[in-house]
Amino acid sequence: MDVRKIREQFPILNQEVNGHPLVYLDSAATSQKPLSVLKALDSYYTGYNSNVHRGVHTLGTKATDAYEAAREKVRQFINAKSTEEVVFTRGTTTSLNMIAYGYARVFLKPGDEIVISIMEHHSNLIPWQQAAKATGATLKYFPLQSDGTLSMDDVKNTITDKTKIVAITHVSNVLGTINPIKDIARVAHEKGAIVVVDGAQAAPHFPVDVQDLNCDFYALSGHKMLGPTGIGVLYGKKELLEKMEPVEFGGEMIDFVELYDSTWKELPWKFEAGTPIIAGAIGLAEAIDFLHSVGFDYIQKHEQELMAYAFEKLEKIDGLTIYGPKDLTKRSGVITFNLDGVHPHDVATVLDTEGIAIRAGHHCAQPLMKWLKVTATARASFHVYNTMEDIDRLAEGLVKSKEFFTHAF
Amino acid sequence: MPFNNLETLYRQVIMDHYKKPRNKGVLDDGNVTIDMNNPTCGDRIRLTMKEEDGKIVDVKFEGEGCSISMASASMMTSLIKGKDKETALKLAQIFSEMIQGKEYDTSLDLGDIEALSGVSKFPARIKCATLAWKAMEKGLYSRDN
Repeated sequence: MDVRKIREQFPILNQEVNGHPLVYLDSAATSQKPLSVLKALDSYYTGYNSNVHRGVHTLGTKATDAYEAAREKVRQFINAKSTEEVVFTRGTTTSLNMIAYGYARVFLKPGDEIVISIMEHHSNLIPWQQAAKATGATLKYFPLQSDGTLSMDDVKNTITDKTKIVAITHVSNVLGTINPIKDIARVAHEKGAIVVVDGAQAAPHFPVDVQDLNCDFYALSGHKMLGPTGIGVLYGKKELLEKMEPVEFGGEMIDFVELYDSTWKELPWKFEAGTPIIAGAIGLAEAIDFLHSVGFDYIQKHEQELMAYAFEKLEKIDGLTIYGPKDLTKRSGVITFNLDGVHPHDVATVLDTEGIAIRAGHHCAQPLMKWLKVTATARASFHVYNTMEDIDRLAEGLVKSKEFFTHAF
Repeated sequence: MPFNNLETLYRQVIMDHYKKPRNKGVLDDGNVTIDMNNPTCGDRIRLTMKEEDGKIVDVKFEGEGCSISMASASMMTSLIKGKDKETALKLAQIFSEMIQGKEYDTSLDLGDIEALSGVSKFPARIKCATLAWKAMEKGLYSRDN
């Protein structure tokens, strides 16, 4: 496999920004999409755009088949037991909110506990804050080790008999930390709690097997894994999804509707009210095919090489601090840092004038920023289409930022 | 190394205000306190003003943020100190027009703030520049109620 061949599938990368060839290092915010995904969206809209699960006409059948084939593709991708356990949503945020509304708010009582970690993205934090307030449950946090990892001792000490839900990110969008989901799930299940996993930053980078992890819910977003925006997945174990209440009501999700009561369709459709995100699901299936055609073995190896090289180059820059684990086997996808004396926004602006796209800010993780004792950080993130030259350009850009702010005035 | 493009944004006077901020701190005897933040990036400012008979007698700011947001706060406080409320609000309006790249009124003395006009070429940074001004406007309007 050759990264140049892969890049040919992403024409957006082949452009100049501010007079320089684009270096896209913001895939953790959203990844780029290969031609095959764009073509799948195009052929749906130009060839068989139709609503699903409704009429009897030919295009409708074609659209329904493609939509449900996408669900089967996702099932295989995360190794769910059946397609009943795969609900299409708008994205990770929606999936997590659905669990917080349809499960937590229905089943939690005062005195119950929800446990999350300080490294959560706001989307796996605020829904639980709100659910705790609404039910009288207590929200607790796993502390972090100084390198931004979890210790299993802390996990064991924090989860108690009162804990009903443990919600944890698979990979931190700031620190890059890969959390030991399988071990956490074992501890949680021993205490009778369920485990909700935010997989937004994991599914794009390595194989996810929900049965092996033995998590109870898993949420992911299509747009971070080379798919279109607006499509995501909520995986849930069948018995939990059956207990869980729908959050949205309306067309498509019903069985019978009477004047004063209604019954719901079977899984997974009871959670898909209204016209679903048909093109998005078809595009996501195509993205999964693309990831598999490149292969996760290659993707992981390539990204690990990029990460190792980025560490080597960035650690040489005087006054640059990298956050998160130094042990590269414990991290994935992102490298977050600050440059002494230069605000991350200013770093991002200088890099942008060099055609380099990174993210600067709090990364929707304000409690983690507080823990790191910073207000904001800069973050470079990778995917399979990035090259060693991208890392060289990043390092040069950072040296330039430093020079500009130290010597230009 | 050429920095031409960057120097339209980061003018010398801006970096001077960033590195040596004027009116930094909190007024002990202020009668207006406004906390404002930019939720998309985490920049925050606390602005304290002492307003007497429609005049801004004193003003200070403290906060955390990028060079543009902090320099803008420093310039804004320097400019409005001693001015009457109406003039301060008028300056806020002029600043808003300037920062969006629109035509703006030049009949008033704008002090150092024209150095920030280059921000209009960097749309992603406009919110950094306006944070302190929004705080000032909010503070002065709140005194009306």
